[in-house]
Amino acid sequence: MIGRTESTRVVGLHGAILTALFLLQFILPAYHHGMLTRIMVLATYAIGYNILFGYTGLLSLGHAMFFAAGLYGAGLTVYHLAWPVLLGFVSGVLSGFILAVMIGFLALRTVGVAFMIVTMMFAQAFYLLTLYYADYTRGDEGFVLTQNMRRLALGEWTFNLADPIIRYNAALLLLSICLIACLLLVHSSRGRVLVAIRENEERATMLGYNTFANKLMAMLMSGMMCAAAGAAYGLLFGYVGSTFASIHYSISPLLWVLLGGAATTLGPLLGTLCMFYLVDISSGYTSAYLLFVGLILVLLIVCFPKGILGTIRERRLTWLP
Amino acid sequence: MSRLAITPRNRFSIMDFGPYLLLASLEGLVTAAILALTALGLSLVFGVMRVVNVAHGEFFMLGAMLTWAFTSLFLGYPVLGFALAMIGSPLIVGIIALVAERLVLRRLHYDPEATIVATIGMLYIIQQLALSFYGPEARAVIAPVTFRIQFPWFGYAGYKLLVVGISIFLLLATWFVITHTRVGLMMRATQYDRETAQAFSIPVDRVYAGVFAAGAMLAAIAAVLIVPIQQAHYLMGLDPLLLSFIVVIIGGLGSLKGTMLAALFIGMSDGMISVFFSPTLAKILATLLVALVLVYRPQGLFGEVSR
Repeated sequence: MIGRTESTRVVGLHGAILTALFLLQFILPAYHHGMLTRIMVLATYAIGYNILFGYTGLLSLGHAMFFAAGLYGAGLTVYHLAWPVLLGFVSGVLSGFILAVMIGFLALRTVGVAFMIVTMMFAQAFYLLTLYYADYTRGDEGFVLTQNMRRLALGEWTFNLADPIIRYNAALLLLSICLIACLLLVHSSRGRVLVAIRENEERATMLGYNTFANKLMAMLMSGMMCAAAGAAYGLLFGYVGSTFASIHYSISPLLWVLLGGAATTLGPLLGTLCMFYLVDISSGYTSAYLLFVGLILVLLIVCFPKGILGTIRERRLTWLP
Repeated sequence: MSRLAITPRNRFSIMDFGPYLLLASLEGLVTAAILALTALGLSLVFGVMRVVNVAHGEFFMLGAMLTWAFTSLFLGYPVLGFALAMIGSPLIVGIIALVAERLVLRRLHYDPEATIVATIGMLYIIQQLALSFYGPEARAVIAPVTFRIQFPWFGYAGYKLLVVGISIFLLLATWFVITHTRVGLMMRATQYDRETAQAFSIPVDRVYAGVFAAGAMLAAIAAVLIVPIQQAHYLMGLDPLLLSFIVVIIGGLGSLKGTMLAALFIGMSDGMISVFFSPTLAKILATLLVALVLVYRPQGLFGEVSR
């Protein structure tokens, strides 16, 4: 399928980037150190989104519900039931899985514009539910996970997830796992079926593939990754609130993936990185950062629908996964 | 959209139930009228162009903001300022929509998925510009007429009934244009089959531009009418957008008759459901209903099966 030199290049590139991220923590000043931690967790969210949007061609406008399912699945159990951190994380991912099964069976009956609106409506209902059960979630205000709740006990060691160094490496670990999982998926035969569905679903059906099962698998993987990112976000940064379920957080991963390059493994990371620093730099001059978000969305979709890495792959590095 | 001014204390008292029902239906009628105008704009754009305009709510918000701007120019003469806003706001919003259509949507060749992303971008741009120019305050506008209609139990603002009247007139006018004029014929031909329409020398390109502008103008007019009742605020666009989505989907995507029926149904029930359930629960049920309608009955509850 792919040549030996190509796969060496791909492994080398991804390894180099993960190593660079690992080494960066020793030289970055505290501010950028914290920012990169956040970027890595949210890039994981974007990678999960990209599996469904980039590779399978299903544009969801409601992925904030998976992120929030992870966030609340972890946050509520740790906060109200005093579950240990690791169990809380598992419960977050599991919540994402269950939600993805339900949404998958319903929403995957539709395609195109209807799929976009259905996912948006389900996410809106999820958001309103977090407001409705304000007794537990404290709604918009949210609740804070104290440092005591965020101690990860592994055998004899205890890690304090509020510690910046541990937080950075936990985020890096999550990102690495999801990035490698995405890379493996893309290079597997299943990943190729997903792309085939994206390019022409009827043809994929004619070739004998069960397109529904494959799309559902992509939805589950995407939902679980986004939930894992949400759970990690809550546990690492200690805040759980319903803003993370709002429509704005559904649009963000779309923006990041479009910017970095849809259907590229590294695009989500690059897009999140660029967007965060763009907003950070522009907020030094103006408070109107939403204007930039809007302008970039419009410019991207009109002029560069393939994003940064997508354009690079088209022009030069055709081996980029 | 508008909430009833009845206290929970006398909510279920039998004595008050009749007048209360009357008040609730009047309020529902106002909501339905405004909703019908807004949703008609969304439905037209979707029907003819197959474009889901996520920025529709922002055109509504712009209409409201411009109304405030016009009326504050003529502070001593509310009627004059309002009359000017009735003409000026939709016109300006229409021009903005026209520019957006030429600059963005046309270049995307009206691809349904790309245009959704682009209109989300427009939503952010318009919202941020409104915030930067008008600030975060809610702006009140005085109603151009102040007479009240006295029922045996309560008085009711005559302006609200005027809103219903004007809306019905505008809806009928739109319906007339679509079904009985040459322009309407071109629109319907384009909606039915774009390529064939082009082959019969219908300027499809200009029809698209016109329809997008007209859709935005309908939202703007609805906003002009509602501002004296609600207030103008830069975030006010989200509610009418979601409600219009609900109406257009339940009525059947692209079906004008269905949209009208659904607007009446949703508008009238909006107030009533909120009384018996919490408003949040009502919204949850409505959004879930819409999602399930799209999944199981894509042609809508009132729509016919598409060709």
